[in-house]
Amino acid sequence: MAVKKMIKYEVERDREFAQWVTGVIGGERIRNCIQCGLCSASCPLAPYMDFTPRRLMHMAREGFKRDVLGSFTIWLCTSCYSCTVECPRKIQVTDIMYALKRRAIEDGAYPKRFPIPVLAGEFAAMIRGKGRVTESWLVVKVFLKASILRLLGMSKLGTQLFLRGRMNMMPDSIRNRKQLQTLLDAVEAHKEVAA
Amino acid sequence: MDARNGDVRIGVFVCDCGSNIAATVDVKAVAEYAAALPGVVVSREYKYMCSDPGQELIRQDIVEHKLNRVVVASCSPLLHEETFRGAVAKGGLNPFCFQMVNIREHDSWVHTDRARATEKAIALLRAAIGRVAFHKPLERKRVPIHPDVLIVGGGIAGIHAALTLANAGKHVYLVEREPTIGGHMAKFDKTFPTLDCAACILTPKMTAVKKHPNITLWTLADVTGVEGYVGNFQVTVTRRPRYIIEDLCVGCLECIEACVYKQAKVPDEFNLGLGKRKPIYISFPQAVPQIPVIDPETCIDFKSGRCKKTCIEACADRHAIDLKQQPQVETVPVGAIILATGYQPFDARKVPNYGYGVYPNVYTSMEVERLINASGPTGGEVVLRDGRKPESIGIIHCVGSRDEKTNKWCSRVCCMYSLKLAHLLKEHTGAEIHNFYIDMRTPGKGYEEFYNKLLEEGVHMIRGRVAEVTDWATTPEEEGKLVMCAEDTLISFVRRVPVDMVVLSVGLVPQDDAQDVRRLFNISCSSEGWFLERHPKLAPVNTFTDGIFIAGACQAPKDIPDAVAQAGAAAAEAMVLIDKGYVEMEPNTAYILEEECSGCKTCITLCPYSAISFLSDKKVAQINEVLCKGCGTCVAACPSGSIMQNLFEDEEIFKEIEGVLVNV
Amino acid sequence: MKRYLYYPGCSLRGTGKAYEESLLAVFKALDIELEELEDWNCCGATAYMSIDEVNAFALAGRNLALAEKKKLDLMAPCSACYLVLNKAQHYIKEYPKVAQTLEHGFKAAGLTYTGAVKVRHPLDILINDIGIEQIKARIKKPLAGLKVAPYYGCQIVRPYATFDQMYYPVSMDKLLRAVGAEVVDYPLKTRCCGGSQKGTLPEVGLSLIHILLKEAGRRNAQVVATICPLCQFNLDAFQEEAGKKYGEVSMPVVYFTQLLGLAFGFSAKELGLERNIVPAKRVLAKFEPAVA
Repeated sequence: MAVKKMIKYEVERDREFAQWVTGVIGGERIRNCIQCGLCSASCPLAPYMDFTPRRLMHMAREGFKRDVLGSFTIWLCTSCYSCTVECPRKIQVTDIMYALKRRAIEDGAYPKRFPIPVLAGEFAAMIRGKGRVTESWLVVKVFLKASILRLLGMSKLGTQLFLRGRMNMMPDSIRNRKQLQTLLDAVEAHKEVAA
Repeated sequence: MDARNGDVRIGVFVCDCGSNIAATVDVKAVAEYAAALPGVVVSREYKYMCSDPGQELIRQDIVEHKLNRVVVASCSPLLHEETFRGAVAKGGLNPFCFQMVNIREHDSWVHTDRARATEKAIALLRAAIGRVAFHKPLERKRVPIHPDVLIVGGGIAGIHAALTLANAGKHVYLVEREPTIGGHMAKFDKTFPTLDCAACILTPKMTAVKKHPNITLWTLADVTGVEGYVGNFQVTVTRRPRYIIEDLCVGCLECIEACVYKQAKVPDEFNLGLGKRKPIYISFPQAVPQIPVIDPETCIDFKSGRCKKTCIEACADRHAIDLKQQPQVETVPVGAIILATGYQPFDARKVPNYGYGVYPNVYTSMEVERLINASGPTGGEVVLRDGRKPESIGIIHCVGSRDEKTNKWCSRVCCMYSLKLAHLLKEHTGAEIHNFYIDMRTPGKGYEEFYNKLLEEGVHMIRGRVAEVTDWATTPEEEGKLVMCAEDTLISFVRRVPVDMVVLSVGLVPQDDAQDVRRLFNISCSSEGWFLERHPKLAPVNTFTDGIFIAGACQAPKDIPDAVAQAGAAAAEAMVLIDKGYVEMEPNTAYILEEECSGCKTCITLCPYSAISFLSDKKVAQINEVLCKGCGTCVAACPSGSIMQNLFEDEEIFKEIEGVLVNV
Repeated sequence: MKRYLYYPGCSLRGTGKAYEESLLAVFKALDIELEELEDWNCCGATAYMSIDEVNAFALAGRNLALAEKKKLDLMAPCSACYLVLNKAQHYIKEYPKVAQTLEHGFKAAGLTYTGAVKVRHPLDILINDIGIEQIKARIKKPLAGLKVAPYYGCQIVRPYATFDQMYYPVSMDKLLRAVGAEVVDYPLKTRCCGGSQKGTLPEVGLSLIHILLKEAGRRNAQVVATICPLCQFNLDAFQEEAGKKYGEVSMPVVYFTQLLGLAFGFSAKELGLERNIVPAKRVLAKFEPAVA
């Protein structure tokens, strides 16, 4: 039984982070949260989270950045939007979760081989490169990066899918990849200017 | 004395208001400037014009300098116009030969630059001096007040207001649309925090109403027309037929017993559909008046014309039943009106997650009150729809309250009544009770202590808003139960609590017909639909319509002590009007120059106070001085320019504009 | 003749192949013409939004801009694609800074976006544009006696309930009843299946999958009908694993279009029913057309 000191001091509060949360799309009303817990109660993943969504919202608006970005919670969110739809203060919790995911990736605040951000990253890379996602190759790439053992463990399922023609091995791609690239580059450039 | 004769003698008084004005405006310079203007006989600067010596100064100067017009430059007219008008009157001058200039709220309090503030004060003062020369002496009109009062709504607020006024010797018409008075309170079992039996404290007041010689009680009645103005309302009340002659009935209720329906079959409105009644019925045993009512929708004789009419047989010696009874229309004059129309409970079907109307064992708080009540449909036995006794009960606070999706407001009473229900349910069933709340609101006297008592009883207080009530099980303990899922925020864990019965603590919302009622009486509603008070802090029972007052939950959600307090307050306000005997109207009303009116009727439809009527013989419009509020709409709209407004005549306004533009 | 632009999305070419097969068959039988949106790109689903917000809207925006040129409604059968396209439209309209940034992108890429395209779902088209009567007219073999649990999943009703109720949608119920099936009362019809969590965090995903299947069985359903390729995948591919961990379940999971197709007289092969991991034959074989 290791004794830990759990008090929170003001120095831990990152005021920039707290301010940033109120500025993200969906976070405009985070200060209106009355901590009723409806988001947590309607979330199918909440029983598995280290911080329930409600608790995370309050920690975020108070500026406890390390706890928030290092939490399991933001990665467990499946964007089912139950919280957003239920919230009596109309806080777009799902959008805030997305923003926290993005910030965590930016700050590198998660274990290196954690599969969920790895999946997101590979997904995005595949789209940027080819414009479409080929599920089979995506899975291979993710598990090569995250956990090779898991990949082997899925071999039975993989075979079943392949035999039933549900595994497309030909990498799919759009024709006008240049247009997509131009679009994404221009958006990226303007985003930095506007920020 | 008319300024058009050039014979004007103006006195100007510029106030320092301590440092409020003097610190920013060069008051001395302003007074000196005014002294040089044509028509100004005396121009002074003084530290506090509103004080006794200040007012005395005005009176003295009027007499000494034979002034016929006065201007005071100081604070807001809302604050001291009456004060200075009074001082002017004391000096022997007509109080409307006076103009007040605001150089505080409009000038010194919103400027930091002394030079510019002084410039503005000079411009405003010049405008007022130019204007006041054209003021005419005016008289306030006195209108007598009819001594009777109409009270709409026979709930606890209406009843208390009626008794207060009646005891003061005033005659009251109490109009209630249900067959009995008592309102929602009559449905409750016990009241918080004392756990007094609701009927025991209410019914004595109800019988007092019935017995009081000064109260005319009309039930099953609606107000269908309101004409007139403060002190002189003409109200039309339509009394719907109960098919029983009230004066002949003695309340023996034999007719109900004798009805051909041996079993009650019609869902009972008073018991919210949980019980049954016959087509001839009385709402509850202590109903006032103690007279049955026949429902034409379900009575066999009304539907088919073929009934043995055993009810009439049973009333053979009194002949009180009259199946041919017609609605009666009464028109009465009253001086003041009190609206005490109350609230309605939030419709729980609007929150689909809680399964009301889908799962049989989800009840609203009002339904549970009837179950608990000994004179309710189950005789006070709290049982589920299938007759079982519940072993675990969940109570959800804030249903339809504090929610952008339904109603933003807090309904104020639900935390307290949820605690009350928790106590009563535990008493009646011994079940395990869980209250799911967000914040525990116990603002009244003895309320926090009541909460403490509940804590001692071992009721589970779970701080978390319930997301859903479902009937599917994830674990063996949930089989066959209703599962309530909420985060217990105080321990930061999501909890699934299986229960037998769910109680929804529904909030209070305005009545469905609140908008129709407010239009009928010409008052306003807030954006949320409650009747609008004149000032939320200082005038909670007055409305913006003189002579009409509001009391109780129709103004905003509140508990019984507050409703009773407001009822007393509204009664007092009505008494102020009646005992004074008259009301004085501000003379800033509009008037029509008959010779110039072309009879186009433009003004009539525009008047927000319905103060203008058309004289069909003379073919001109006429303004009722007493109804006119001086808003100026007709004055501006009249195409032939034949409407003038006292204190806002054309010359007065033009002179004001000239004066203000002096620096341009 | 009704005509729509068709946005398949990446899943319908992979694990959701049966959805496309059955959808195209059913729509052909109803004389609806589908034109695949030329050079459509991946919508980004939920993954891209975790990497970059505005770029995610740009991805969706490109598809919407391409669709605009054709002046037809755009049908997106996959729930995630349907939501992403709708959400992008909403957010571009509601958040000026998003619109401004994207405008630069569209211009550079030679695309025009006005937000004029209507994004439709097959359920919406079948109920509102085609109508129950037309569907009934095509029935060759009513699915009499088949008890179905209608599973909508989350993203088609949340956060935008565009063509059906949010808490208790009924459009799929109506379609299935129209072809003769008995639709059971299924209170979990909009509960999340876990999305991609099973792949990444199996312990979490499996329990979500299990409760859906178990309750369908408790309500006496013989088959679960879905509208989302990921839901179908989760409930189908991981059913055995979920059963091993939490208690046996046995419930074929099919697309609603496959059931409609059976009623219209298509064969199991034509509808991709043989692609299911949990075999549907046992329950659905009796509805297959007799071999000539």
